[in-house]
Amino acid sequence: MDKFSTHIGVPVPLRRSNVDTDQIIPAVYLKRITRDGFEDGLFSAWRNDPDFVLNQEAYRAGTILIPGPEFGTGSSREHAVWALQNYGFKVVIGSRFGDIFRNNSGKAGLLVALVEQDVVEQLWDWVDAHPGTAIEVSLEDRVISLPDGTRHGFTIDDFTRQRLLEGLDDISMTLQHSDEIAAYEASRPSFKPATLPVRTAD
Amino acid sequence: MPTTASGPTTLSDKVWDAHVVRQAAGEPDLLFIDLHLVHEVTSPQAFAGLKLAGRPVRRPDLTLATEDHNTPTLDIDRPIADPVSRTQVDTLRKNAAEFGIRIHSLGDKDQGVVHIIGPQLGITQPGMTIVCGDSHTSTHGAFGALAFGIGTSEVEHVLATQTLPQARPKTMAVNINGDLPAGVTAKDVVLALIAKVGTGGGQGYIVEYRGTTIENLSMEGRMTICNMSIEWGAKAGMIAPDQATFDYIKGRPHAPEGEQWDAAVEYWKTLRSDDDAVFDREVDIDATQLTPFVTWGTNPGQGVPLGAVVPTPSDFTDEVDRTAAEKALQYMGLTAGTPMREIAVDTVFLGSCTNGRIEDLRLAASVLQGNRIADSVRMLVVPGSARVRLQAEIEGLDKVFLEAGAEWRAAGCSMCLGMNPDQLAPGERAASTSNRNFEGRQGKGGRTHLVSPAVAAATAITGHLSAPQDLIPAEQKG
Ligand code: SF4
Repeated sequence: MDKFSTHIGVPVPLRRSNVDTDQIIPAVYLKRITRDGFEDGLFSAWRNDPDFVLNQEAYRAGTILIPGPEFGTGSSREHAVWALQNYGFKVVIGSRFGDIFRNNSGKAGLLVALVEQDVVEQLWDWVDAHPGTAIEVSLEDRVISLPDGTRHGFTIDDFTRQRLLEGLDDISMTLQHSDEIAAYEASRPSFKPATLPVRTAD
Repeated sequence: MPTTASGPTTLSDKVWDAHVVRQAAGEPDLLFIDLHLVHEVTSPQAFAGLKLAGRPVRRPDLTLATEDHNTPTLDIDRPIADPVSRTQVDTLRKNAAEFGIRIHSLGDKDQGVVHIIGPQLGITQPGMTIVCGDSHTSTHGAFGALAFGIGTSEVEHVLATQTLPQARPKTMAVNINGDLPAGVTAKDVVLALIAKVGTGGGQGYIVEYRGTTIENLSMEGRMTICNMSIEWGAKAGMIAPDQATFDYIKGRPHAPEGEQWDAAVEYWKTLRSDDDAVFDREVDIDATQLTPFVTWGTNPGQGVPLGAVVPTPSDFTDEVDRTAAEKALQYMGLTAGTPMREIAVDTVFLGSCTNGRIEDLRLAASVLQGNRIADSVRMLVVPGSARVRLQAEIEGLDKVFLEAGAEWRAAGCSMCLGMNPDQLAPGERAASTSNRNFEGRQGKGGRTHLVSPAVAAATAITGHLSAPQDLIPAEQKG
């Protein structure tokens, strides 16, 4: 995973609440077996609407998404994170997210910056007044900075922040504890079920 | 950093603590995973990642794969027509063969929706940790397991290490008490609960459903409730195991036997929240006041009793709710104030991991028996698993459905998510026993009303949202 420190990019206001992962990318786009190529399915139901925010000239090159509350609820599909990344998004700023989406983002390297909903509203208003103007998101400082000097702090848990800053791979980190896993395995009760050998009703 | 709890403990903390492999300050707990369920849609990139890093699957014997999301429900003995879908299913088969993972493929008697086959094989048991690259993994919580959905990166992590780093969530008790009125099912309970607490109400919590209503539910009903935990944002939903749980598991293919069974039951009986255990939050529901519940909007929290009317957006005090309601009514093509019972549907979908079990099919068949579905309606009956389908055929339920004019399909997710050819056309409206009424969930532009199997069957007969009670002529109601 690439290291993440500071990102400067154009914010995109998505003034909608409850944008679930089915809306971020519908199921029919989930058939690919790679992690790329999902940008076509991103917000597919809205992309034909000329008024949709991503179709407005100022936001075409947007890299920072600012949705309403309850973004990324529903399905666990990590494709939602990949679709955002494949399209070019690096950061999502919002007040409430689906847990699995937030987790997936942390693993895949998409920064989810948590702020209060009134900060979201302030950012929306600012972006409306300055469409296409880049802002800065510093993961190191956990701060969103506007060109006029306004700064908004954001929240992200320490562990995810550190992993993103260092670009660490979770699996290698866990594999360093293989001994502890083996010790745990040795202590599991023998009545716990196993999938192998196969047992079926007939 | 929460540490291992001492003193009175909740059910979820007991199961959590029993799976901690490693705890360190400033780090999430590393949890051991007892069962990893895998399906074709969320796994290919995980297996590709393993191959790239040259890693094996640590515990193939704790891993189980099936094909469900992307599979057709017609002509299942023929190659899958859509080449992209076929490639995805073939990829799972190849990965299973390469990594030595058990798979139940299309055509196999044990194939089916991943959350239906675990309990059916008896491999879902109390006190386990169960994960799957699928948000409705919460279903397995009905057995007192800690079960939750994960993303593909985490699928890869579990394949490689059989563990997951997890921050301990808060705990919530949902106390549901009282006898359910006639015609009210587990589905109505959970839809009413979500309407009350909102789609984000459970965020950050593991929820325990308890109370007399829950104790009196069948395992199928309990699964329906736990299934929809994710629809109000909960990390997982759990129900303490009891005699009904043990009876359900006993004798199933992977149930422990002999002394192992006794040891297991002895342990399972300890899996209850202690009487004085404290939850971070509690919610109370009076089950005696519930009626059949249906959704009008585009998230599962936008629901009302069947006897109510489509709400008026300006009645919502919260601005976000108001805007969401306006958008939902527009998408759903509904007018505020319309009685829910007057909403006509084109399609009825009976199936999914919420309501695709044998008990659901029996209930719907009992309503359809001797009736015809409306000419304007197509009804898809999609059993949750191949065995549910076989069982239904043994009981003659397939004939009831076919004689009523419904379609009898092969097992899978089908129209629950509209990934295979079973989809709504733009503008079409469905009454669906599944769990998500999101925009486009069942097909681009499709409109979904979430309902119970009983309401689904009655709706198919009348052509508009109805409960079985509505089918009884007025003079007989007394
Ligand atoms: S039936 Fe629906 S909710 Fe259940 S696993 Fe399949 S797609 Fe997901």
